[in-house]
Amino acid sequence: MMTLKVNGHDHQIDADPDTPLLYVLRDDIKLNAAKFGCGLGQCGSCTVIVDRKAVLSCVTPLVLLEGKQVTTLEGLGTIEAPAPIQRAFMEEQAAQCGYCIAGMMMRAQALLQKNPKPTDEQIRAELEPHLCRCGTHMRILRAVHRAIRLMDTADASSTTHRSAQ
Amino acid sequence: MNAPVILDRRRVLAGGGALIVSFSLTEVFAQDQSAPAAAPAPTPPGSLKTAPFLDSWIRIDADGGITAFTGKAELGQGFKTAFQQIAAEELDVPFETLKVVTADTHRTANEGYTSGSNSMKDSGTAIRNAAAQVRELLVAEAARRLDLPAENFRTENGAVISPDGRRLGYGDLVAADMLHVQAQPKSKLKDPSTFKVMGQPVPRVDIPAKVTGGAAYVQDMRLPGMVHARIVRPPSYGAQLTDCDSSGIEKLPGVVKVVRDGNFLAVVAKKEFQAIKAMGALSAVAKWRETPSLPKQDDLIKVVTSLPSQDSTIFERSNPSAVGQTTVEASYMRPYQAHGSIGPSCAVAQLVDGAMTVWTHTQGVYPDRQGIAEMLHVPPASVRVIHVEGSGCYGHNGADDAAADAALIARALPGTPVRVQWTREQEHSWEPFGPAMVTKLKASLDSNGRISDWNFEVWSNTHSMRPGGAGSMLAAQHMAQPFAVPAPKPLPLPEGGGDRNAIPIYTFPNAHVVHHFIPAMPLRISAMRSLGAYHNVFSIESFMDELAVTAGADPVEFRLKHLDDPRGRDVIEKAAQGFGWRKGQKAPQDRGFGFAFARYKNLAAYCAIATEVEVNRETGRPRLVRAVAAVDSGQVVNPDGLINQIEGAIVQSMSWTLYESVTFDDTRITSIDWQTYPILRFNSVPESIEVHIIDRPGQPFLGSGETGQGPAAASIANAIADATGRRLRNLPLTRKRIKDAIDA
Repeated sequence: MMTLKVNGHDHQIDADPDTPLLYVLRDDIKLNAAKFGCGLGQCGSCTVIVDRKAVLSCVTPLVLLEGKQVTTLEGLGTIEAPAPIQRAFMEEQAAQCGYCIAGMMMRAQALLQKNPKPTDEQIRAELEPHLCRCGTHMRILRAVHRAIRLMDTADASSTTHRSAQ
Repeated sequence: MNAPVILDRRRVLAGGGALIVSFSLTEVFAQDQSAPAAAPAPTPPGSLKTAPFLDSWIRIDADGGITAFTGKAELGQGFKTAFQQIAAEELDVPFETLKVVTADTHRTANEGYTSGSNSMKDSGTAIRNAAAQVRELLVAEAARRLDLPAENFRTENGAVISPDGRRLGYGDLVAADMLHVQAQPKSKLKDPSTFKVMGQPVPRVDIPAKVTGGAAYVQDMRLPGMVHARIVRPPSYGAQLTDCDSSGIEKLPGVVKVVRDGNFLAVVAKKEFQAIKAMGALSAVAKWRETPSLPKQDDLIKVVTSLPSQDSTIFERSNPSAVGQTTVEASYMRPYQAHGSIGPSCAVAQLVDGAMTVWTHTQGVYPDRQGIAEMLHVPPASVRVIHVEGSGCYGHNGADDAAADAALIARALPGTPVRVQWTREQEHSWEPFGPAMVTKLKASLDSNGRISDWNFEVWSNTHSMRPGGAGSMLAAQHMAQPFAVPAPKPLPLPEGGGDRNAIPIYTFPNAHVVHHFIPAMPLRISAMRSLGAYHNVFSIESFMDELAVTAGADPVEFRLKHLDDPRGRDVIEKAAQGFGWRKGQKAPQDRGFGFAFARYKNLAAYCAIATEVEVNRETGRPRLVRAVAAVDSGQVVNPDGLINQIEGAIVQSMSWTLYESVTFDDTRITSIDWQTYPILRFNSVPESIEVHIIDRPGQPFLGSGETGQGPAAASIANAIADATGRRLRNLPLTRKRIKDAIDA
């Protein structure tokens, strides 16, 4: 038994320590967003955030996650209350089949938490580990740029809110 | 020419079976309308031809809830949203109040495969006409009840409104089997100028769940008591399992069962990672005898053109008065290429009381049902196949095979839902590839720089080995009592397979087009997005540029000079204009401009694409800088969805064109993951893609899901030729090939 913190909740996990995080998320915790794409760390579909870093959950064993905070796409927001990155992808209609999208969004989210104003070049470089087969790349890039603006607005409004208090 | 029918669908329809009952009686098999009763002549449009009952398409519940049904499968192309728009528009109900149910052998019409960019034409047309006719029936019923003439009634927001303002809700109006009537040949369709929902960029209904972690894919299904299966596939085509002591495997933690049937080997465990570990252990004890049977990968042109072929002249035009002066010849090659779905194939199956249910991301629920039933030696009626979205497939990938795997394993575990997930390596090495193709072209220019004669030959396998029979599915091929792979057939024109788009859309006074159909399939192949059109358009449109260069003509002007089709001319002009194409204009240093055009299948959407490509002369690396496309797909239902499809076509085709070829040695496929089969990554994504739509209100829907692939390939090749002065004719146009050409 091991305690794993996912999206702010503690989960008691009964799995071998070498179990990749992906299967713990999908099989034990019943989360959908992190996707199996290759199991080899080559495509990015399984990307989640551990502490503040984007990691490939298909090649990250459970044993390395003791005491760490795991965030999946489900932890960012919901359909009713989407996070800026989710709103941005909806508004840009940045998906075709969408299978790769959750991983892309988590990578982008980690980037924007670290660097709220990345250049287009930095976004492309950051997304390099991610594959999309439908060819939705232009929209994905647009969605990340839109997320930057949405987060900026959200920050500005929360700052205003605080100063008003 | 032949009638525009897809071979596979026709084969399915020939299967027989009676036309049965409506939803209002029972949902079970309500939609099994193969071999329908004689419909009134002339027939209603789209798939109403084969599934003529209105309640196969539109159902209205007593509470006013409305559902539209389609036998097509949402594959990420977004038509579920487009169908909802169409039904909402013609029924006069708010978009959000409608539901759309997709391919399910117990609930939806048999529309064969979701392929060939036919969904809008077949199903969209059927839904539109069915919805319009349902609306008419509702108006007639309201008029009857109020004893007033129907003419002055109108519909609005899910209700019929009488001339004196009384509202009768659709749910109140619809009686038990009122919609169980055959469609009329003609419908009172709405005037496009009054559209409120059609033609709007309505956001896709599936995207919110996909960007918030909702259950959106078959991979996300979790049935109570579900177990996880993994397959141990043979290491190569034809390998025989000679020894497999699985006694130790069954003792591993969580393992439920090892399933072996001839060369079919699988392991089932309670948890997913237990299944993965057991698969590794089982793989280690399985001993296979392999036979080297693959051709030489480095000599594909010779391999393809040396295989025995059935040759047919598919187009001939003769005008002896046109005489050529300068003759140009060229040969082009396309290697085997992979669909390369990002999510490897997956399926869930459950056998309950002799009834098998399979959830799959197949493109054809009815053909899969037939194949699975045959494999299991059970009647098709005892198998239900339900489409659930998977990762994008781009044609016949491993979906149907995974469905058969799941069914075969589920049969061994009655009552238990079984989820089969393929590995990356299995998807890459076992999916049926897009076949290698070779084209040879020869044409002459007359003294005015016009093409006087045109000769085109294409060598290709078939482009569909899709199920129908069990023999198309790997599990059935690998069983101890195996099913033979069905004999391949060329797909009939006008859609065609290897000869799709082989007949030029341009008007040449003399033309001769030959299809060399190759029955032998050294590699497992089947339908990959746009089939032969990708290579044929690449060849024709590359060669048009070669001829334009010889004639000293501008490529855009040269195309227009040979094209009569006014809609084709419009997209060419629109793309050229959007790109800023100017005759004789030179691209900046180390860059080239390219142009290409096609009408997919010569009967679906028109697409022209202009590109700017930069080539690094030191490394040979090509980079697509920008692309501008114009598309005419008839009446547009969802412009943003259409733009998304064309953007995707350009990017996907660019990846095929610049990077991709399946590799193999004499025995095994060696391109087994993303390292050994590299595709486009973000560092090669263009700076911009612009898509211009030419809307044609009132014109029929033309499929657009595959219209961009061929033109994108040729446009990029033409831009590379413009940038380097070197013509590359063998796909993919890798940096090594470009560098070698520059250095030559």
